[in-house]
Amino acid sequence: MEYVLALVVLALLVAAVLSVPLRRRGQEEHLEETRLAELRAAKEAKYREIRDAELDHQMGKLSRDDWRAVDRDLRNEAIDILRELDRLEGKVPQGGMDR
Amino acid sequence: MAGVGSACLFIALLTALYAIAASVYGARSGRREWVTSGRRAIYCVAGLCVIAFGVLESAFLRSDFSFALVAEGSSIETPTFYKVTALWATQDGSLLLWVTLLSLFSTTVLFLTRRSLRDIAPWATAVLGGVAAFFLLLMIGWENPFDTLATPPADGVGLNPLLRHPAMMIHPPMLYTGYVGFSVPFAFAIGALVARRPGADWIRATRRFALIAWTFLGTGIMLGALWSYTELGWGGYWAWDPVENASLMPWLVGTAFLHSIMVQEKRGMLKVWNVSLICATFTLALLGTFLVRSGILDSIHAFGASTIGVQFLVFIGLVVALSAGLIISRLPLLRSEAKLDSLLSREAFFLLNNLVLVGLCLVIMWGTFFPLISEALTGTKASVGPPWFDRLVTPLALVLVLLTGIGPVLAWRRFTPAALWRVLAVPIAATGAALVLLLAFTDAADSWTSLLMFCLVAFVLTVVSQELWRGTAARRTMTGESWPRALGRLTGRNRRRYGGYLVHAGIAVLFLGVAASSAFVDQRDVRLRPGDSFEVNGYQVTYREPTAKLGGDSGGTGAPISFGAVLDVRKDGKHFVLRPSRNYYSTADPSLGTISRLFEGEATSEVDVRWGLTRNFWMAIRPDIGSLDKPIREADAKFANASGDVQALIVAALAERYRRDPPPAAFRAISSPFVVWIWIGGGIVVLGALVAAWPSPEARLRRVRSLYSARLGQELSRA
Repeated sequence: MEYVLALVVLALLVAAVLSVPLRRRGQEEHLEETRLAELRAAKEAKYREIRDAELDHQMGKLSRDDWRAVDRDLRNEAIDILRELDRLEGKVPQGGMDR
Repeated sequence: MAGVGSACLFIALLTALYAIAASVYGARSGRREWVTSGRRAIYCVAGLCVIAFGVLESAFLRSDFSFALVAEGSSIETPTFYKVTALWATQDGSLLLWVTLLSLFSTTVLFLTRRSLRDIAPWATAVLGGVAAFFLLLMIGWENPFDTLATPPADGVGLNPLLRHPAMMIHPPMLYTGYVGFSVPFAFAIGALVARRPGADWIRATRRFALIAWTFLGTGIMLGALWSYTELGWGGYWAWDPVENASLMPWLVGTAFLHSIMVQEKRGMLKVWNVSLICATFTLALLGTFLVRSGILDSIHAFGASTIGVQFLVFIGLVVALSAGLIISRLPLLRSEAKLDSLLSREAFFLLNNLVLVGLCLVIMWGTFFPLISEALTGTKASVGPPWFDRLVTPLALVLVLLTGIGPVLAWRRFTPAALWRVLAVPIAATGAALVLLLAFTDAADSWTSLLMFCLVAFVLTVVSQELWRGTAARRTMTGESWPRALGRLTGRNRRRYGGYLVHAGIAVLFLGVAASSAFVDQRDVRLRPGDSFEVNGYQVTYREPTAKLGGDSGGTGAPISFGAVLDVRKDGKHFVLRPSRNYYSTADPSLGTISRLFEGEATSEVDVRWGLTRNFWMAIRPDIGSLDKPIREADAKFANASGDVQALIVAALAERYRRDPPPAAFRAISSPFVVWIWIGGGIVVLGALVAAWPSPEARLRRVRSLYSARLGQELSRA
């Protein structure tokens, strides 16, 4: 009896939780928000790489020429990300993830 | 309450299956509401598992013997501390722990990625739901932790005495958290392959989970070693036991994964390798769980025969086949975005370190499964033994430690020989100095492998110190900060890098302990009467007197009887006392007499260790209680139906008899140098991993970074 009662109560609770998003079909997530989050993660990763390379250069691991070449590539990649971010951020309404 | 627990498991299974269906449908149809519903289903599975876990834990704490599991794994006399842990000492309970941890990990990662990885996350949800469904099915179908007994016994059998050790309180949850944690990057790797998005997004989202899993697994291994050293009574911490190996294998491959994903993040390379490594790590984690529980290989760590071996093998087979099929089908998408610029670069050395780590794993796997292989080929189950492992693993470990030192000094992409010499000159000089000092002042040359390891440890520690010094100096040059501030800011802003270096230092320290304690150990096995003495490694040991305790054993394990010894140990004018003992637990075996049952259950060694930074002195005793056989048999015959109080009096009399007229007892004394550094090194590794996993200031101050990035973006655009 305890088992059946628990089964029914738990099933109803779970069904209620799972059905909420299905009843809110109109509230679609913004595709741009997802892409923005990914781009921001990529941006931070790229910044980290730029800083890593700079630190390696300062520590004498990378020669000035090598560092400049690496830094130029990384900054170009960062610019691409920033451009994409700027493009999308113009579209995203206030209240987006990072604001 | 058992009904509530069973209902939770059943509904959790249905919910996990729903999570798979809703996520897959949502991903394929593009209907986000189904994806959201599928993700919520995983949250519900976590909630249900937590309730089920709470119900079972409560039954253990209340000693509710109507639960078959409680009657089998606990007893009224079991100390509360161990009643809590008894849940995961049983097979059914450990499966519940597995799926509870899995659902909590899954919930955390799916919540954190709810607004990102739009294409990958639904498929990852389905994978995580699938793994949860498998474990729930195992419990519901074969190993239900909520089975009840029609007529509950008055008392339970009790927790296996070997498991009554503080390290055992957290060792299994640590290992399982490690095993389970790797399911997160595995699920997202599979998701990335299915969604045809094999870039670094899935790595960035799950790297921290992999690192946490790796840390927990490593901590679990270290605690297992500590338990072995202080509880099992043989004096070692690692015996190349199948279950020990089973935990080490995913840790090794996980280590390779944590290094190689950096190459993919930075260079877009090694994509096939990375998804293969995480699939292998997860498979090995499943294999580890299977080996502990299946009993297919003889192990001192396998606590119980299993009825779920075949199901596990089928699931592991499915995971391997589906992962391999998916990787092969996506090979065109997994091409590297860059080429290896130079063999003298960090990525090249990461690849080399990966090969060594995977090589180590393969060697250990071969040795672990050799009994099964030999049985299949020859019909005889033969095992290879620790010397075989030592012979093959030692050279690979030496290479690994060397790479641990070289890796941090290299830069990405390319590195000139001149720059290499510049950064390695000091570490090489320090290594040379260490070699000279070791040869001049120690007998390290007696073991050339240990001597080499000590030198490599010096090399690694110098490299890490130099990296910190050079980095701090570089920062000071750029900012003019003071040394402490520059050091703090340097490590704070580069947590991943310097946390990693700390891990490398910890690994080196750990290997220092392993090399010293295994090559320069002194051990003696003797039989002594009170007043007898012996010597080992300059320690003069005298057996002062025997001890006999009823209840209240030194380890607080709830042992009813404990026989031991008081030993005086002297060296170089210093004196200390050791009190090793052996605990005797009762058995419910009806074929034995009332008094015999109190002595004939499990017996465990309670070793006593004098811990020191330079040397541990370890002692265990195996009392000879054969002299009590005759009086015990007589007491069985005379007091077959005696009350508890009378039994206690008889046992007290027997204990007093042993104490007054003790027969010779067998002792094992071990003097091992630097053994404590194994766990100190392990602690440093954990600390380093925490530093590396801690969110960076950039992540916490994202708003500030956004403003800064806008400015930088403009400047970069102008440039």
